[in-house]
Amino acid sequence: MTDQDTLLSVEALELGIASLPENRIVRGVSFDIRPGEMVGLVGESGSGKTMLGRAVIGLQPGGIVGRGGIIRLRGRDITQMSPRERRKMRGEDVAIVFQEPMTSLNPSMTIGRQLDEPLRTHTKLGTAERRARILQMMERVGIPSPADRLHDYPHEFSGGMRQRIMLASAMLLKPALLIADEPTTALDALVQREVLELMVEMTRENGTALILISHDLPMVARYCERVMVMRQGELVEQGETRRILTQPAHDYTRKLLAAMPERGPLRTFVEDETPLVELRDLKVEYVSRGGLLSRANRKLALKGASLSVRRGEVVAVVGASGSGKTTLGRALAHLIPYSGGEILFRGKPVARGSEGWMDFRVNCQMIFQDPFGSLDPRFTIRRALAEALYHVDIGAQEKDERIRRIVAEVGLEEKHLDRLPHEMSGGQRQRVAIARAIISEPDFVIADEAVSALDVTVRAQVLDLLADLQKRHGFSCLFISHDLGVVEQLADRVVVMRDGEIVEEGPRNRIFDAPESGYTRALLSAIPTLKRSGEGVELSWRFAAPEAGA
Amino acid sequence: MNLGRTNKYLGGLLIAFFLLSALLGWLWTPYDPLALDLRARLQAPGAAHWLGTDEYGRDVLSRLMAAARTSVTISALTVSFAVTFGIVLGALSGYARGWIDRAVMLLTDTLLAFPSILLALALLSILGANIWGVILALGLAYMPTVTRVVRGAVMSLREQEFIEASRLMGHPVGYTLRAHVIPNCLAPVIVIATSMFGSVLLTESALSFLGLGVPPPAPTWGNMLAGARPYMSQASWLGIFPGLCIALTLLGINLFGDYVRDRFDPRMKGL
Repeated sequence: MTDQDTLLSVEALELGIASLPENRIVRGVSFDIRPGEMVGLVGESGSGKTMLGRAVIGLQPGGIVGRGGIIRLRGRDITQMSPRERRKMRGEDVAIVFQEPMTSLNPSMTIGRQLDEPLRTHTKLGTAERRARILQMMERVGIPSPADRLHDYPHEFSGGMRQRIMLASAMLLKPALLIADEPTTALDALVQREVLELMVEMTRENGTALILISHDLPMVARYCERVMVMRQGELVEQGETRRILTQPAHDYTRKLLAAMPERGPLRTFVEDETPLVELRDLKVEYVSRGGLLSRANRKLALKGASLSVRRGEVVAVVGASGSGKTTLGRALAHLIPYSGGEILFRGKPVARGSEGWMDFRVNCQMIFQDPFGSLDPRFTIRRALAEALYHVDIGAQEKDERIRRIVAEVGLEEKHLDRLPHEMSGGQRQRVAIARAIISEPDFVIADEAVSALDVTVRAQVLDLLADLQKRHGFSCLFISHDLGVVEQLADRVVVMRDGEIVEEGPRNRIFDAPESGYTRALLSAIPTLKRSGEGVELSWRFAAPEAGA
Repeated sequence: MNLGRTNKYLGGLLIAFFLLSALLGWLWTPYDPLALDLRARLQAPGAAHWLGTDEYGRDVLSRLMAAARTSVTISALTVSFAVTFGIVLGALSGYARGWIDRAVMLLTDTLLAFPSILLALALLSILGANIWGVILALGLAYMPTVTRVVRGAVMSLREQEFIEASRLMGHPVGYTLRAHVIPNCLAPVIVIATSMFGSVLLTESALSFLGLGVPPPAPTWGNMLAGARPYMSQASWLGIFPGLCIALTLLGINLFGDYVRDRFDPRMKGL
């Protein structure tokens, strides 16, 4: 039965919840992994991909139990192993890298000691030898001057560095199989590419097989020879990456591919009109209050941003986390105070309590990222929408009518009106959040990562809805996002930010096709794109690899 | 066995029993709880007096029922006082931050620095020992706990996007607090209020025992216990029954409180 060419073999695996005998989280999943192979496991949240990945290492969370099937590692069934054997297997044969490097490293233990743990447990090496191995590995994953950093704690490293350390600890014992569960989802695009490339290089060097679990199909397709697609606990399709991209066999895979954002149509705007919104040298300062003996610490989160949004225009603000793009949106909405500069609305300066203040308040709305946090859990949808009309001067009957109309417009039904947010899916909630933002018919909408928290296929639907509503109602939109694909579909103009400053600004096509700034180039080059050509899809990088430190 | 269900039912049963006794004691008692009968002094529990009589011949059962009413009233009013003012102060301080927050927290921390019984003793010696004095003193002593919890909840709620959305709609601060902030931090307050009820009951008994609670002859469980002290060897029932009432009510409240906490605290919700 033992096949020399198979490292991991999963047969008809079923996972369920302990208290619900009928329920299945993973249903009849079978696949093989050959030594040194790189395989992507793609699926939306709740598809069971994480549970599957964890079951392979025997690490499924409490309450999740096997309901049949075999998992063989090098021909040995891991479900039959003794706890002792299983512990030995973890680390030596199989290692795992989790999504969130802040919680998967022990915050109160130095990096040196954490990296030492697997060596101490699984090898008989002496102290000096272990130290040498650790330093060598830290060097390999690109941590500068590793000897000085052995005694540092996880919080003293950046997110990307922490993920490198996780990778180092997983690879120390040269496992035969590495499972990476959304290893770079929490990281910025630039760092994501660096970490992924390092991971691929290292697994290749050691002949380690890799299962890369992700929701991001283009990213997985870029690195893996084979892709498995999961949906609702079932493996709907698996095969060679090229084949999956060009000739997807399953409807769901086709849907996933169709959900990839495409460049939207080119629109032109009148140049000389007064912009609807204008920012002039806007500055935001964060002050951390000093104590008795320490001075107050001031930091400029926004170092003077100027931009304008014309009537009906969609302006996207892109940048890595910490670039100040969210600060810009929040200061513009007057959710946080700004320390310098000016905001003009319809050509007039906006200030709290001024004549145009209420006009600005009602006409500048916001769509937030988190569909779970942006709706009051105790308000029915009807009440949430009615609340948004509180300051709109129309009769009760008209308000009621408008609520019905908007609900239909965002693709919900009237029966949803009496539901509470937790009775709806993430996509539905985001539709409600959009409805709430535009029900008062504002002229200006700020969308802060409005589709980032949604699954790929839902994201495509919500994005289409947003584009459609924008066209129909003609509101201007400041679209803040880190996702360049989404920006390419929706934006008329793009503003690129970095470290609180605007690096580059221009029409979408110019920014995407011929970026002037090196940083924009680097950002664009970090994301693999799928281009539809004829019957198939082509996978490519837009530009060459980003230069170091770009 | 489902321990949570036991908590709920046993706790609920005990509380219901004492609430009903209190209600009944308000309408009707076997004897007048204040009527002296010197011929029937220190009678052991029997057919005429189910739970016996005290040193003045007053019926213990009647006094316990009347005391239940007093205790429940005091506890309920004290908890309402503490919760109402605690929520207002906590919401104000958590939402406004800045100097308002610092002022409220200074007050709260000062109040918290004293053991609640000591604080109540001090306040009572100023306000005088009567029902309202007890309620005010205990209310002030227990308010800081609520203030702190509400402040914490409001501070994290304040950053939530639906609060920001409410600000974006142009609603005044008062409306946002009333409609969005306070209702969403009630769950932990309900949990605290439940356990506070028991704690207040105990403190009130302790104050009465020390002679600073509701003044005699009006009966409370605490002052009945205090009055029983000299007669413990001859008439043990005088101490046992009020003590049992306090213990069982507290047990009921604590069991029920556990259930309430499991029910309302989202962190306690497992798979």
